[in-house]
Amino acid sequence: MAGLLEHPGYDEERLKRAAEQLPCREVQAGMLLSLMGEPHQYCYPSIFIYGHRASGKSHVINVLMKELELPHATLSCVECVSVALLFEQVLRSFFGCDVASLLPRSPSLTDFVRIYRQQSPARQTRYIVMEKAELLRDADANLLPALLRLQELVEDNVTVILLSEIVWDTFRPNTGCFEPLLLHFPDYSKVELQQILSQDRHPSFSAELYSFYVSVLLGVFYSVCRDLRELRHLAALNFSKFCEPLAEGKVKETDTHKLWKNIEPHLKKAMQTVYLREVSSLQWEQMQQMEEETGALKGLSAHTHVELPFYSKFLLIAAYLASYNPARTDKRFFLKHHGKIKKTNFLKKNEKTTNHLLGPKPFPLDRLLAIFYSVVDGRVAPTASIFSQISSLVTLQLLAQVSHDDQLDSPKYKCAVSLEFICNISRTVNFDIMKYLYDFL
Amino acid sequence: MSTSSVSKGCFVFKPSPKKRKKQDVSQESYFIHDCAGPESGQRRFKLCQDLWKQIETETEVLQDELHRKILDSLLEFSRKCSSARCHGDWASQMRASEIPTAALMLGVNVPDHDLTFSSLSDLLRQSVTPYVVSLQAKECGALKHLLKRVLEGLMETVVAVDDEDEADQAACHVQKSVHCSLTTLCDWYIIKTKKSSNDTPGKKRPSTVTDEPEQLPPVVVVFKDLEAFNPKVLQDFILICSRYVHRLPLMFIFGIATSPSTIQHMLPHSVSSLLCIQLFQSLSCTEHLATVIDKFILTHQFPFKLTEKVLSVLVSIFFFHDFSVRNFMKGLQLALLEHFYTQPLSVLCCRKKAALHHATQLDHGDLERIRLLPSFKRYVEGQEAEEQVNLMTDDSHLKEVCQKLIKTLHKYHKNYYPTLRCLHALTSTLPRHLLGKQIRELHEACLRKNVWEQENYQSAMKLLKMQAKDELVVSLRRCAEILRSVKSKTMKNACEQLEELLCRFQQLDAAVDVAPSEDECVLSPPKNLPKKTDLFQLQKTLLEMNESRRSKKLSPFEILRNETVEFVDGLVRSHLWPPESQPLHEVCYYSSVATVKHHLNASPRTSIQVALSNPDHYLENDSLKTEDGSLSSAAPDICIAYKLHLECGRLINLYDWLEAYATVVSAAKVDPDQDAFGKVDEVKHARFIRAVSELEFLGFVKSTKQKTDHVARLTWGGC
Repeated sequence: MAGLLEHPGYDEERLKRAAEQLPCREVQAGMLLSLMGEPHQYCYPSIFIYGHRASGKSHVINVLMKELELPHATLSCVECVSVALLFEQVLRSFFGCDVASLLPRSPSLTDFVRIYRQQSPARQTRYIVMEKAELLRDADANLLPALLRLQELVEDNVTVILLSEIVWDTFRPNTGCFEPLLLHFPDYSKVELQQILSQDRHPSFSAELYSFYVSVLLGVFYSVCRDLRELRHLAALNFSKFCEPLAEGKVKETDTHKLWKNIEPHLKKAMQTVYLREVSSLQWEQMQQMEEETGALKGLSAHTHVELPFYSKFLLIAAYLASYNPARTDKRFFLKHHGKIKKTNFLKKNEKTTNHLLGPKPFPLDRLLAIFYSVVDGRVAPTASIFSQISSLVTLQLLAQVSHDDQLDSPKYKCAVSLEFICNISRTVNFDIMKYLYDFL
Repeated sequence: MSTSSVSKGCFVFKPSPKKRKKQDVSQESYFIHDCAGPESGQRRFKLCQDLWKQIETETEVLQDELHRKILDSLLEFSRKCSSARCHGDWASQMRASEIPTAALMLGVNVPDHDLTFSSLSDLLRQSVTPYVVSLQAKECGALKHLLKRVLEGLMETVVAVDDEDEADQAACHVQKSVHCSLTTLCDWYIIKTKKSSNDTPGKKRPSTVTDEPEQLPPVVVVFKDLEAFNPKVLQDFILICSRYVHRLPLMFIFGIATSPSTIQHMLPHSVSSLLCIQLFQSLSCTEHLATVIDKFILTHQFPFKLTEKVLSVLVSIFFFHDFSVRNFMKGLQLALLEHFYTQPLSVLCCRKKAALHHATQLDHGDLERIRLLPSFKRYVEGQEAEEQVNLMTDDSHLKEVCQKLIKTLHKYHKNYYPTLRCLHALTSTLPRHLLGKQIRELHEACLRKNVWEQENYQSAMKLLKMQAKDELVVSLRRCAEILRSVKSKTMKNACEQLEELLCRFQQLDAAVDVAPSEDECVLSPPKNLPKKTDLFQLQKTLLEMNESRRSKKLSPFEILRNETVEFVDGLVRSHLWPPESQPLHEVCYYSSVATVKHHLNASPRTSIQVALSNPDHYLENDSLKTEDGSLSSAAPDICIAYKLHLECGRLINLYDWLEAYATVVSAAKVDPDQDAFGKVDEVKHARFIRAVSELEFLGFVKSTKQKTDHVARLTWGGC
C-alpha cells in the first residue's frame, strides 16, 4: 500500500514516509499532491477540504507539509479572534517575527497585502492552511473572498487551503467570489477504522491480540461513535481491563471467547459513563483499579440538588408558576374567593397542548413578586435583599432575563429550571406545587 | 489648584496620597459621641479596631482550616495531572489529550467565593505552580478579553517579581495586547520554565520541581463563576487551549455555584470531551456558619456579645436571604462598630484585666451613666438602704463595686458557655430535637429567658430520664470532655462530680453482671392478666399495674440516672441565666435590633416613602416638621407633589394637580388676599413639571393614553 504516493518534484523517500503515516487516506493525499503540483509550479489559488470530525483532514495536510518540508502557515480560525492575529501569524511563519512586527496596530487587508508584496517572492508554493474555516463567515465580509484569490492579490505563488466540517454551499457570500477547488474526505469505514486503530498496538502485546481487542471495541461502539479520536481514547482507557485476565494468567491470548466475555459488559458500562463524559477518564481508571465495589460512582448529571436560601426557593417557585401558568389563571390560584372555575372554562383552543411542552414563557417582575407574596408564608417586607436574590438567581442561571439589561422599567424573566428540580425545591419547603400548576389540574 | 494650561477647560485633579492619610487619622474623632470625653472615644475606637482585627485574622485562619481538606485534594489532583503528563506510557500516549479540570462545587453563596478562591490560588502558588490566573465572567465578555485577561494575569505576576519600573510594565502591556494569542503565552512559558530551571532550580518551589526535572509546573486557569460565562466564549477558549495542551500544561478550575450538570448545559459533547473533569465538593455554608458562630459567639474569650434578637436577625438574614458567611461577618462588624460608637460604657467591653483597669479610670460622667443603666438600678434595689445611698453618691465606692461586677460578669460568661455546650451535648441526640439541633438554637433559647422555665426544656429533661444507658454514658463522656478543658473553678468542680457519676455508671456495669435476676420480675406481671375481660376492666388493671410499677423500687441504674439528670439540671439552673439578669450586661451586649435591620436589610421602597412623606426625617430640618397629614409649603417640590397625588384616584388630572400645587407653594410667601395668590407663574410651572417627572422616574406615576392631560397612578392607598 505504501508507495502509492508518487509525484515528480518531491523526494521519494519522503513521500514514502508520508504515505506510511496516512493509512486509508492514500487516495485523498494523492489527489492533493497532484493538485499541488511540483514545488515551483503555481498551484490552484484556493482549495476547500471538507469532511466530518476526525476524518483526517488536518492530519493529511499536516503530514504532507511536515514530511515534504513545504513552506506553510497553519492556523485555526477559532484562535484568530481578530484579523490582525491571522495576518500576523501568516507573516510570522513565512517571513519571521521582524516582518510580522511591520503590521500596524489594527491592520486592514491592504496592509497585509502591501507588506506581503514587499517580501521576496516565493521559490516554491507557500501554503496557508486554515482549520475550522466556517468561522471565517463571521469575520469581515471581504476577508473570505480575498483569501480565496490571495494569489492574485499578492502576485505570489501562494495557496490557501481551507478545512471545514461543513459544505462549501453554506460559505458562498451573496456578492459572489472565486470558487475554490472542493475536495471531500469521506468518513472512515468500519474496516478502515479497524485498520487504523490496530496500528497503535501496545508494545508488550501481540498485534493479533490488539486487533482482536479493537474489533470487540468497534462491535460495541461503532453504532454510537465513529469519531476516530474518541475511539482511540476509549481503546486506551479500557485496554488494561481487557488484559487483566491475561496478566493474572487465567486466560491465554488465544482464548478469544473468554476475553470477549470478560470485556463486553465493561465496555457497555463505559458507553454509558465515560463516553458521555459523565465520569472523567481519570475517575474511570480509578474505578477500574478499585474494582466493582465502587460501581456506584455518581456521574455529573446525578448531582442536581441545589441548596438555596429560603426566600430564593420561593422566588424560584413563583417564577416557575409565572412561567408555566397562563396569566389569566393567576386569579384562580392565588385569590381566596375565586369562585368555582373549571378548567374547561379556561381552555382556549390553542392551549390544548400543555404549557410544559411549549416551554417557559416570559413574565414581568411585578407578576413574579405578586405571586411570590401570595405563595410565601407570613409577611415579607420588600427589602433590597429580595430584589438582589432575583438578580443572583439570574447569575446562577436558574432564571433568565429576557428583556435587555438596559431596560430598567419592568424587566422580564423566564424560569430556566426543570419540573423535577422545582418539585425537589418545593418539597423542601413543604409547598405542593402540583396544586398550583395549570397543566396538572 | 492651578494648571499651566492656557486654554479654558475642565481638569481632573487626582487627590494626592498625603491628603488621604490625614483623613485616616481623623477616623477616631468620629467616635466622640454625645458628651463622652475625647479620651474615652479614642479608647473605644482602639478597642473596636483591635477586636475587629482579631476577628479578621481569626476568620482567615478558620477559612484556611475549613478549606484545607478540599484544597488538599485539589492540589493532589493538580499534581497527579501534571505528573501523569510526563509519564509517556502507552495508554497516556494513545489517549486524547484532555485538559485536567477540577469542578469545584461551592454552593450558592457567591459572595463567599472570593475568599475561597484567593486562598486557593495562594496555596497553588505556594505548592504547585507560580502560574495561576483567575477569571471572572464580567471581565470576559468576548474571547478577546478572556485571552487578554489570561495573558495579562499570567505574565503580569512574573513581571511584578522582576521589579521592573511601572512605565516599563505599561509599555510591554501595550505590545502584548497587539497579539494576545496562546502562541505568545506558549513561547513565554517555554522561556520562563527554561530560565527558572537553568538559573535557580526551585527557588520558589524547592520540593516539587527538583526531584523530577521533567515535571513542568502547570498553568492553572480559574473560572470563578462558571455559570455567568458566555458559553460560546468558554467553548472557543477550551477549543483553543486543547490545541496547545501538548506544549503548555494547562489546567482548569471551574467554580460552580449550582450543580455540576451546568457543565453539560454549557458545553456540547465535542467540547466537554476535551476535558477530564473531576468533582470537588466544598463544605456547606451552614456548617461554615456553625463554626463561625462557635468561634466568635459561643466563647467567653470574645468580650463583645449579641443579644438574642440581634443574633436571630443576623442568622435569619443568613438563612432566608443569602447563605453568605461573609455577609454574616459584615453584620457582626456593624454590630461591633455600632456598639462601641453608641455605648460610651463600652470601654469596659474588653478582656478582664483591661476592663478592670479601665474601670478605675472612669470619670464622673461615665459613672453617672452606669447609675442610669437599668441592670445596675435593679442591682442597687437589691442592696441595703445604706449601700444604696453609697452607690448612688460615692464615686470611688461605685468604682470598686464596678470592678466587682465586671469580675462577676466575666465569671458568668466563663461558666455559661461550657454549661451550654454540655446541655447541647446531652440534648442534641434526643428525638425531635426539642432544644434545637444546632447549639446556636439552644443559645438563642437561653438568651431569651430562663431556659428551665421553657416547656421544651422540661420535656427534654423527661426524655433524658428515660434514656438508655449506653447513649447517656456517651453523651456524659462528651460533657466531661467539654468541662475538662475549662479552667474555671466551678466548672472543675462540676467536672469532678460528673466523672464520679461516670465512675458509678461503670461500677453499675459490673454490678449488673452479678445480679441479673432483678430484671426478670419486671417482665412477669403481664401473666396475671385475666383471660377474658371487658375494656373498662382492662384499663383499670393496666392503670393499677402502672401505679404499682411506679411505686416499685427503682433499680440502681434508674436512681443514678435521676441523680445525673438532677445534677445537670442544677448546673443549668445555676449558670444558664439570661444575660439580662447580670448587672452591667449592657456594657458587653449589643441590643439595637432596629439599627441592624435598618442597615443590613434595607427596604428602598419604605425609605423613599418616608423621605417623600416626612421630608424632615432625612433632611433633619425642624422647620419642615408638621402635624399629621398637613403639608408644609417649605417642603421640597417633589414632596408636595407626592402628597397631593396621594389624594387622587387612579388617573390624575395634571391641571388640577398643578393648581393645587401652586396653591400650596404660594401659601408660604404671601398672604392669601393678594391677587397673585395661587396663580401659576412660569417658575412654579417649571418646578411642578420637574417634580412630576421626578415622581415618574421613581415609579409613582406614568403617562397614559387613556385620557388626555392625565397621568396614571402606579401605587395604591394614600388618603
